[in-house]
Amino acid sequence: MIPEIGHFSLMLALCVALVQAVLPVWGAAINNAAFMAVATPAARGQFCLVALAFGALAYAFAVKDFSVLYVAANANSQLPLHYRLAAVWGAHEGSLLLWTLILTVWMVAVTLFSRHLPAPMRARILGVMGFVSLGFLLFMLTVSNPFERLIPAAADGRDLNPLLQDPGMVLHPPMLYMGYVGFSVAFSFAIAALLGGNLDAAWARWSRPWTTVAWCFLTVGIALGSGWAYYELGWGGWWFWDPVENASFMPWLAGTALIHSLAVTDKRGSFKVWTVLLAILAFSLSLVGTFLVRSGVLTSVHAFATDPKRGLFILVYLAVVIGGSLTLYAWRAPRVGLGGRFAFVSRESMLLVNNVLLIVATGSVLLGTLYPLFLDALGMGKLSVGPPYFDTVFVPLMTPALFLMGIGPLAQWKQASLPDLAIRVRWAFAVSAATALLLPFALGRWTPLLSLGFLLAAWIVATAVLNVRERLTAVRGSGLRHGLAGLSRSYWGMLFAHCGVAVFIIGVTCVKGFETEKDLRMNVGEIATIGGYQFRFDGVQEVKGPNYRAGRGTFVVTKDGRPVTRMHPEKRYYPVQNQAMTEAAIDPGILRDLYVSLGEPLDGGAWSVRLYHKPFIDWIWGGCLLMAFGGVLAVSDRRYRLSWRKQEIPEPALAPPRTSEVA
Amino acid sequence: MKRFLLPLALFAMVMGFFAAGLTLNPREVPSPLVGKPAPDFSLPQLHDPQKLFSPKDLTGQVWLLNVWASWCSGCKEEHPILMQLAQSGSVPIYGMDYKDQRAEALAWLKRQGDPYPLSAMDEAGRIGIDYGVYGVPETFVIDKKGVIRYKQIGPLDQETLHRKVLPLVRELQNQ
Repeated sequence: MIPEIGHFSLMLALCVALVQAVLPVWGAAINNAAFMAVATPAARGQFCLVALAFGALAYAFAVKDFSVLYVAANANSQLPLHYRLAAVWGAHEGSLLLWTLILTVWMVAVTLFSRHLPAPMRARILGVMGFVSLGFLLFMLTVSNPFERLIPAAADGRDLNPLLQDPGMVLHPPMLYMGYVGFSVAFSFAIAALLGGNLDAAWARWSRPWTTVAWCFLTVGIALGSGWAYYELGWGGWWFWDPVENASFMPWLAGTALIHSLAVTDKRGSFKVWTVLLAILAFSLSLVGTFLVRSGVLTSVHAFATDPKRGLFILVYLAVVIGGSLTLYAWRAPRVGLGGRFAFVSRESMLLVNNVLLIVATGSVLLGTLYPLFLDALGMGKLSVGPPYFDTVFVPLMTPALFLMGIGPLAQWKQASLPDLAIRVRWAFAVSAATALLLPFALGRWTPLLSLGFLLAAWIVATAVLNVRERLTAVRGSGLRHGLAGLSRSYWGMLFAHCGVAVFIIGVTCVKGFETEKDLRMNVGEIATIGGYQFRFDGVQEVKGPNYRAGRGTFVVTKDGRPVTRMHPEKRYYPVQNQAMTEAAIDPGILRDLYVSLGEPLDGGAWSVRLYHKPFIDWIWGGCLLMAFGGVLAVSDRRYRLSWRKQEIPEPALAPPRTSEVA
Repeated sequence: MKRFLLPLALFAMVMGFFAAGLTLNPREVPSPLVGKPAPDFSLPQLHDPQKLFSPKDLTGQVWLLNVWASWCSGCKEEHPILMQLAQSGSVPIYGMDYKDQRAEALAWLKRQGDPYPLSAMDEAGRIGIDYGVYGVPETFVIDKKGVIRYKQIGPLDQETLHRKVLPLVRELQNQ
């Protein structure tokens, strides 16, 4: 009964979505206030209905209702409750439901925080979001129904893939989807502005906090996913450039470009057309990514072939949403006037170059991801595009982008002078060059890539420090405390996010340059040394988990005779799925991670063991969190809070240049 | 106006590929190499670079040549099938490690298991050109006289293995 309620509320949600997609947009076109007013209650109603459906599915998992096909396929009576609940988004149908739920959450957020927007604008935004959600609901109800019954019911379920039985599974997909779907708000703002023909600085100002929030979620989501892969896959990698990761990375790159381009449109009124295109692109990549991953078209060609109906639906949906928006763009964008002019050397031009580099990077990831599919479609077989391609393409693209990241915030809007900039940054440059040359020597190894990594990281931090110093001397006389307080939160947000990138680079550079790994056979009592740490193997005991049994190893780690920690890697066996899993043991630290994973049992109680010493690896995720923190700071800036409080007062078309931050 | 249509045009192209990807089954591609003698080579072995491997060494037996690399995700996908096939002992699989680095390749085999009696190391990918390798993994069935009888592009799956490769191997072994 409960699953049927869920199914039925999805149908109702579909009807509401239809109304929400049509009436408000039409009302905005014919200037009918009653029609436009439908948008808000429709969005909230849709949220309630989808939440009800989601609750119904979660309930079916909680009570182990194996008469629901999806539950039977993705849970098992032995699976603990928290993983049963996370299993709601463990496969195709349920993750579509999560996607839709999060879309409606964003809709409700728009109804709550957009009271200051003109009614037609608000109506159009919610209408576009309703249209997006319409497609997802239709997809679920026609070919991906999570509530499909299995009659007769299965005696027990097939269990969740053991790879997904991890705390990461509980957090990572919702975070990632908050990011993906969050870009739908910026997208809807852009489409609404194209429809209404009011593509101006105010539009950019309204879009900015939404884009930044979505970007923060996406950043954290990707970092969580990478951390999860690191400890769950058991061989210490943190990024594999596989299609699933690329699918989340492409919207991130496009979203990063969008954030910066929105800043220019907001401050200077330039780049309007480009910004709109980026807003469309960021969300389109989210859609393409979600579907490519979900349909399995990239990881396995068969997944598409086994259910051609799903593939076809996806294709038509992408064609309608993305094709429709790009057509609208081609039709409306030529009428959008040019914004403020700027010189060849100016903050605008640097941001533009950065934007182009980010988009080229996005394009190269897209090409690398889709290349196997292209060849497939041309009848030339399946192949893999591996990390060598991405590494080769990425470093040369990101190096100038990161260099500009340091100098951009120092340059004046409209027109900057190169000699002046060069004089201002000379110390920052000297410091970073010295770091790049000397630090690798101090750490014991000098390679060009190590040096480049340290150069870029030091450059970003040094220019950030320089930036703060210049700001403070500009308001000299009022005291340091007063000066610091005078800097806006969005300015600090930018600096934090940029320094997050530097921290990230340090992490990547050190891991690539200094990590050591050992594959060995270890007898009980044997000692191995890696990175100055001694690992004593104390054997493996049998332990039993809720739905698996495992061999649990014990390693006693010492450094120079002093005890450091005990580590317990596991080799688990999940009988329902007949799958073995390696649970690595990790001793995290700010300066290094120790990582142990068990291979195979060998004769005489010995095991094959993999040991890693990974310096600075946690800086990779720390950097991501710092970036996201910067985003949060920027969104909490005073001017957004003010603009939400000033409800119906129309904003000036161009905000006075109060400060000149970018983030 | 034209430049504003560019994104739409690009998107239409991508959609065209998606649509084609839906309908085609591109794995069955006739290879010009089928029916021709396997190009000869002499490459250092992966595990012991001092030793060389050449297809001539295997004249008189039916064998598979599997082109793989540690950087290739399709290889990981087909690997369990290769392991199974190697354990069954029905036909030996010789590996050709393609455009790879020795340390990484060895580590990969250690992780995934090693189904090959030996792997040749085509570091520069030059022999791959002779064999028309444009994607990894690829698998060749080579008969007793050293003639290529079948070429699989992309990962081997159970169905291809049991419907095509194994029957062909058995037929060739009985010749």
